[in-house]
Amino acid sequence: MNTSKRSVSLFELFKGFATIGLLGFGGVAVMARHVIVEKYQWLTEKEYATILGMGQVLPGANVVNASVVIGDRFQGPKGSIVCVLGIMVLPIVILLTFAMLYDQFGQLPAVSVALTGAGAAAAGMVLATGLKMALKVKLDLAGWLIVGCAILGVVVLRVSMVYVVLALIPTALIVTAWLGKK
Amino acid sequence: MSEPSALGQLARSFAMISLIAIGGINAVLPALREVVVDSMRWMDDATFMQLFAVTQITPGPNVVIVSLVGWQVAGLAGLLVATLAMLLPACLLAFLIGRVAVRLEGSKGLRLAQNALVPVAIGLILAGGLDLSHAAYRGWLTPLIVAANVAGILFTKLNPVWGLMASALVALAAHYSGLFVLA
Repeated sequence: MNTSKRSVSLFELFKGFATIGLLGFGGVAVMARHVIVEKYQWLTEKEYATILGMGQVLPGANVVNASVVIGDRFQGPKGSIVCVLGIMVLPIVILLTFAMLYDQFGQLPAVSVALTGAGAAAAGMVLATGLKMALKVKLDLAGWLIVGCAILGVVVLRVSMVYVVLALIPTALIVTAWLGKK
Repeated sequence: MSEPSALGQLARSFAMISLIAIGGINAVLPALREVVVDSMRWMDDATFMQLFAVTQITPGPNVVIVSLVGWQVAGLAGLLVATLAMLLPACLLAFLIGRVAVRLEGSKGLRLAQNALVPVAIGLILAGGLDLSHAAYRGWLTPLIVAANVAGILFTKLNPVWGLMASALVALAAHYSGLFVLA
């Protein structure tokens, strides 16, 4: 039901998304759900899942896409802009501080070694994110074939990613539609 | 390289990457690395991975890796151009689709798109993880750190940021005890 659509002011939107940006360590997805669904109850679990599900088929950062749609829902285009600013501005200010520290001290052997360790950990985080998603959605054979093609193209054959994605999207749609009809 | 052409290059490449980012920024990290390291030679793999580590310690969306690359390439202007190039195309698309979303909800087309594109996203993210693990290679210790973090995230509920901190400390300990030298 959309009738109980609450009114949420621009300031509230900014504050909520700034919280998501500021407290979202190691990715913002968990914090976003907490703030939007539990803390402020702007959306029900189902409404939020629908918006995120749409974000999955769109390019771009999922939570940023969701913030665009949520902002628009409550305050129109202005709301979208405020939400994106809310989620991006504070992290970028913090990032700038880190960037200046990095420019200053990044060449020190100890910093370089520590960041090499953290960099390998970050690569592991990306790998684990993909594995977690794969386990969660329980891919079928077609799904695994598509996953295999992506890895083959990007990692083994090292084809430019634009071509991999442009080839993979229609292939995935056709294969899925074909298997779905059977 | 003169500043304006670097800015133009940032805008062009990142806007393109924005539009193929099915699955978010994690899905297009190899494309980003390819532009930044292989074609433009703005930095080497080791530096790219160190910057990526810095963005993982920073709170907020992962997309800020783009902002940090922009900063390194062309300062504040680079940061703004890179961030906007990465956000604007995808956000505009999300805005437009969001407007018709109510009608799309539960439709066959949307379900088909989800069933087809979620595996694409997963494949791209896994490819991204493998590509980065390769880029992060600096000797025997780094693959072990990658594996330990994958296991930690899959089998515990700890925030991955702890793994990041622990990995930095392990690398330091291994280095200063003479067991590990950066390759």
